[in-house]
Amino acid sequence: MDFALSEEHQMVQRMVRDFAAREIAPNVKEHDRRQTFDRSILPRMAAQGLLGICLPVRYGGAGMDFVSLGLACEELEYVDTAYRVILSVHVGLNGLTLLQWGTEEQKQRYLVPQSLGEKIATYGLTEPSAGSDAIGIQSTARREGDHWVLNGEKMWISLADVADNFLVFAWTDQEKKRARDHTGMSAFIIERGFPGVQTGTIHGKLGVRAGNTGWISMKDVPVPSENMLGREGEGFYIAMSALDNGRYTVAWGATGLIRACLDASVRYARERQAFGVEIGRHELVQQMIANMQLKYDTARLLCLRAGWLKNQGIRNTRETSLAKWHATVSSFECAADAVEIHGAYGYSDEYDVERFLRNSKGAVIYEGSREIQQLIQAQYALGYRKDRPLRCEMPAYDPVAWQQEA
Amino acid sequence: MHAIVCIKQVPDTTEVRINPETNTLIREGVASIINPFDTYAIEEGLRLKERFGGKVTVLSMGPPQAREALKEAVAMGADEAILLTDKAFAGSDTWATAYTLSWAIRHLTPFDIILCGKQAIDGDTGQVGPGIARQLQIPQLTYVSRVLEIDPESAHIRVERLLEEGREIVDCSLPALLTVVKDINQPRYPTFMGIRRATRMEIPVWDSQALPEANPEYLGLRGSPTQVVRIFHPPARSGQATLLTGDTPAQLAAQLADRLLADKVI
Repeated sequence: MDFALSEEHQMVQRMVRDFAAREIAPNVKEHDRRQTFDRSILPRMAAQGLLGICLPVRYGGAGMDFVSLGLACEELEYVDTAYRVILSVHVGLNGLTLLQWGTEEQKQRYLVPQSLGEKIATYGLTEPSAGSDAIGIQSTARREGDHWVLNGEKMWISLADVADNFLVFAWTDQEKKRARDHTGMSAFIIERGFPGVQTGTIHGKLGVRAGNTGWISMKDVPVPSENMLGREGEGFYIAMSALDNGRYTVAWGATGLIRACLDASVRYARERQAFGVEIGRHELVQQMIANMQLKYDTARLLCLRAGWLKNQGIRNTRETSLAKWHATVSSFECAADAVEIHGAYGYSDEYDVERFLRNSKGAVIYEGSREIQQLIQAQYALGYRKDRPLRCEMPAYDPVAWQQEA
Repeated sequence: MHAIVCIKQVPDTTEVRINPETNTLIREGVASIINPFDTYAIEEGLRLKERFGGKVTVLSMGPPQAREALKEAVAMGADEAILLTDKAFAGSDTWATAYTLSWAIRHLTPFDIILCGKQAIDGDTGQVGPGIARQLQIPQLTYVSRVLEIDPESAHIRVERLLEEGREIVDCSLPALLTVVKDINQPRYPTFMGIRRATRMEIPVWDSQALPEANPEYLGLRGSPTQVVRIFHPPARSGQATLLTGDTPAQLAAQLADRLLADKVI
């Protein structure tokens, strides 16, 4: 048993921390206030290899492991959630899913430019009337000759207005759609340039205002047969396996947010005086700080365990869900306490903690709400839910194979 | 082109606090970083390599954990790294440090250029770079803000120096030692490939045995002419504050201007 980060992980952590401090932190407040997504960060993240961090070198990636992906998410969200979200959708939900399920041709065509950051990718499962109820989606795909025709609306999609490639889910079997039989659902890779694809941005979100969130509209979009990811009817399994990686990045990000709350609170508690002493001397403030430390350490340990399982190639749906549930709920609680510690100043955007509070709520809801994660945990404990082997399992991380050129 | 870059591992001063009793830095639990000015020297070395080929060697004298700083430099792209560490080197002042480094550098010849940061953020002396140049009897160009021309073939360099009075253009022969200021470039981040190379690299450690020509009398605390007699906080400057009152910014500004004129400040 070893609880220490390897030298390599420590260097990755320092590099991303430095990158986030220099490239993101100086402008984040402005982008949050104006609700603008800073596209210029993408080529900078690409140049640094972050957009393919844990993908194999032969697919354009940087060949690092799942813990490196997690550490990068922690460091990005330490500065602002919006930048961690980029890794969540581009790498976690899309890139890793192509790695797991894609054909060699799909990997060459889509994964390589995405890992290099030449193309940006996202994931579209959620619809205006179907979130937790993923089988309730309405999008359809009908076969016409050698291609599929997609129709439907995707909603609350991160990077909807930014991404070039989208991994979307739609019913290919109308009978099964009516019967709510998830084996009638399939996954497709669509490109922004396909006829009938339109996207838009949603403004007025509570948080993650420096991020881009929006909708994708598909009107009679012709999709070549070779753009189906996995086999016909495998869409639901693909969507769920993608969440094992998406949730992992969300959990790590929330852990970074907790650390940001802790650091901001400790700093302020040492500066601010009340009743003749710095407020850190007051025990009720100490209690809030102690809780943040508890939540940071526990969230991080759960994340590290999930990352270790991923590196070993062991199925981690339950452990990742637990990490995501605990870390996101904790980040919301810690952010609320961080605002409390800052008093009236915490309520204004002069300090960062109000942004942390607004940002933290989203992840409690998306990628499996707090309630869904609780159901998952209970169902595993009660024996109502068991992992069944997938046709394509995520391979274990092998540094030699991951770092092999072509 | 062989560029040698001398770096120092320093405590991250944004986190450092002073022990009020001993007046020394509390180093426990404080992260160590590459002296920020040295990162500009590394970057400049890497740029020279990219332009002319050759290699960059980073050199550091310090405790064993200074290996981390060298690895960071390798992760940025440096080709080779050498750590000078020995109890015999402990307690070196700037003179003994420059003396020791210069002997190590003699083992790394031939070289075209030595690059150092203008000073370290912990000691702030700015003496080690010039000291090395003096020991090696090569020209020194301090506070360099730009390399305007450099030609390893004709062994010539022209630099811009950032001085208090302005900028100075200097022509010089190579090999030379440059100390650089932060205007010179924007240091790159380590890359993932560099990080992998660094973590797998075994960094050679040189102790005093590796420098048999160096006079043991000139090493470490024993070889250091500087004696720290006492460390103290300079007394706090006292001043008086006067609060100006007025209804409009213009009134306040007028009052302030009158006061400054009366006190012959302006």
